Amino acid sequence: MSSQLITDNAIVKDEWVTVIPPEAAKEVRKQAGKVVMFKLTGEDSPSEDQINATVLPENGKILLPLKVYLKNKDALKDRLANNEIGIWVDTHEEIESFKSEINDINQFPLIAVRVGKFADGRIFSIGTQLRIKFQYKNDLRAFGDVLRDQLFFLKRTGFNSYLIREDRDPHDALLALNDFSNPYQGAADNSNPAWKRFDRNQQGSD
Amino acid sequence: MYKYDAIDQRLVDERVNQYEGQLSRYLNKELSDEEFRPLRLQNGLYIQRHAPMLRVAIPYGLLSSVQLRKLSLIADKYDRGYGHFSTRQNIQFNWPMLEDTPKILKELALVEMHAIQTSGNCIRNITTDQFSGVTPDEIVDPRYVAEIIRQWSTFHPEFALLPRKFKIAVTGSKKDRAIVQAHDIGLEFFLNQENKRAIKVWVGGGLGRTPILGSVIKEDLAWEHILTYCEAILRVYNLYGRRDNMYKARIKILVKALGIEHFRELVEQEWKFIKDGPNTIDESELKRVASFFTDPPYEKHTQNKINDHLDNKSFKQWLDRCTHSHKNKGYRSVTLSLKANHQAPGDATSEQMRLVADLADEYSFGEVRVSHEQNLILADVQEDNLFDLWEKAKSKNLATPNVGLLTDIVCCPGGDFCSLANAKSIPIAESIQEVFEDMDYLHDIGEIDLNISGCMNACGHHHVGHIGILGVDKDGSEWYQVTLGGNQGNFASIGKVIGPSFSAEEMPAVITKIIGTYTAQRHLDESFIDCVVRIGLEPFKVSVYGAKEVKS
Repeated sequence: MSSQLITDNAIVKDEWVTVIPPEAAKEVRKQAGKVVMFKLTGEDSPSEDQINATVLPENGKILLPLKVYLKNKDALKDRLANNEIGIWVDTHEEIESFKSEINDINQFPLIAVRVGKFADGRIFSIGTQLRIKFQYKNDLRAFGDVLRDQLFFLKRTGFNSYLIREDRDPHDALLALNDFSNPYQGAADNSNPAWKRFDRNQQGSD
Repeated sequence: MYKYDAIDQRLVDERVNQYEGQLSRYLNKELSDEEFRPLRLQNGLYIQRHAPMLRVAIPYGLLSSVQLRKLSLIADKYDRGYGHFSTRQNIQFNWPMLEDTPKILKELALVEMHAIQTSGNCIRNITTDQFSGVTPDEIVDPRYVAEIIRQWSTFHPEFALLPRKFKIAVTGSKKDRAIVQAHDIGLEFFLNQENKRAIKVWVGGGLGRTPILGSVIKEDLAWEHILTYCEAILRVYNLYGRRDNMYKARIKILVKALGIEHFRELVEQEWKFIKDGPNTIDESELKRVASFFTDPPYEKHTQNKINDHLDNKSFKQWLDRCTHSHKNKGYRSVTLSLKANHQAPGDATSEQMRLVADLADEYSFGEVRVSHEQNLILADVQEDNLFDLWEKAKSKNLATPNVGLLTDIVCCPGGDFCSLANAKSIPIAESIQEVFEDMDYLHDIGEIDLNISGCMNACGHHHVGHIGILGVDKDGSEWYQVTLGGNQGNFASIGKVIGPSFSAEEMPAVITKIIGTYTAQRHLDESFIDCVVRIGLEPFKVSVYGAKEVKS
């Protein structure tokens, strides 16, 4: 089976169609860094035009940009109830600022975060917040520049699903989930630190 | 000191395997240079001018004699017979082969050492006071909390790819010897009104291109919340810190842009959700870790043999400069200077390392410490043994009585080794040391911190040196900018530039003029830094540039 998707420690077929807004018509000039919240500096969110121009597949499970979902919220009601709607955000978007527009985050069977660059570690805090702060329980997926060496960290920060970048072997990436047996600190996947998981007063507590 | 259990050891062993795999994927071209970069950096591996540089972690600067011997062996086997102790209490090897690095890591793992997170955009080695546990002015021993933070920060999944590097320092003494205000997070222990261990938390300090001293974000944090509170700070930084410009990516820029009040608010918001959560330290874990840092079996009686040698002037000078008061009567802490003339500051040969390891076994319960001033410390030496120790240390050039004096120069490897550097720094240090060779004059000048960095990344901490020297590049040639009035400790301050920069050849004369101004202007027993604060920069500028130049 040729699939780039790992979910719950196995390579599986992707049942979801990921919807990406069309490219912006003309190049948007990036604004110099005067915005107070630095995460917004130089990073574009899809424009109103792009959101409106996004075509939604009529059938099946679709993974939508959060803003596209919010725009079409009413029309998608039945499909949401039918577990056909997932949402995704970029690492510079704040889920918190949309919270008032989402009644229950657990109504989505899938939330995904797109990471633009390997070195963008914001995804780890977003995963942690989704699991711990927003108590999100369902599938959490990373896609974009997702490579083997992020996987262990993604797993620990609450992600259970990883769409590996096209040019890399997901079988190889799968191995990284077992890089470390007993991490020190509590995190989203296991909130207890090592000293609560083991009796470390005894030698060979492994 | 802390000893690994099966969990610690397994993590380090698994890291060696992981790194070996990453390197082999890189060598097989399955990873691009760009993809391998963050991976190798998180393991302390730089690609340098001549060869890769490998930085090995020395957690909070604490080493056993066994570990030091291993470092000397690595220096001989994989390098050119020496290592460089850095201002972050780590050690760097300048000449290993890329292909050998997994072997080096395997050797290190055998003695509970590693290179984890010694570079890269993650939480770096936790640093602290080199006299922790033995200094008479200590309030709380910071070592066990440093160890707890070390474990928490090691492979912390959420903070593996931060906007930029992140440094945490801890102090537990009245006198801050860890420069907590110049760190991303500085933790200052004290006993609060209820006589409980509490922490004053500083955030957003840092040197580098934009030197800023930290702001207090929390006056009185109960110690058990230290991990969750740091987690909240780091989460806010990770989400909001700039990633578009690496020169504006440190937490200090974010704190400054938001203002400490707004930043504190965001941190409190996040903290709410994790405060009192599972990462809250409990008494039993504190006790477990603290049990590794108990006092060694000190001897009770001393015969005051030291008195027999006090008329030996050289010994007396060394005793005054290089030994420090100890909480236990009859003991002193000893600083072995790595600042002898004709030796790059902070460098130690494998032979010197072996001698220090032997001295540690013989006189100091087998432990050695590294100070951020780049010297080695034997923390628990009986006074009666000081004379013998001095003679042995002298034999390998480790007893220069210049600790705290002008020639105890803090210095980065600079342009001789580092590919980031704009200018060389070691030759500047050497040329200054040569001019101030006379020990009597050096002692007369008294305590003074001279720090040299080869570029604005400030590894030599030049901003907090009483005299700071910064290498700059002007039209492709090397120049040196001088700052005065920087200071570390409780009264930390950032030095001010005195004027246009100098060529390398001019530097010894410039320092001589500055020192001459001080000795002419000082009051009785007034230290250099106090004199600078009192008379200001003007007289120094006049002596260096001439009255006419300064006016224009």
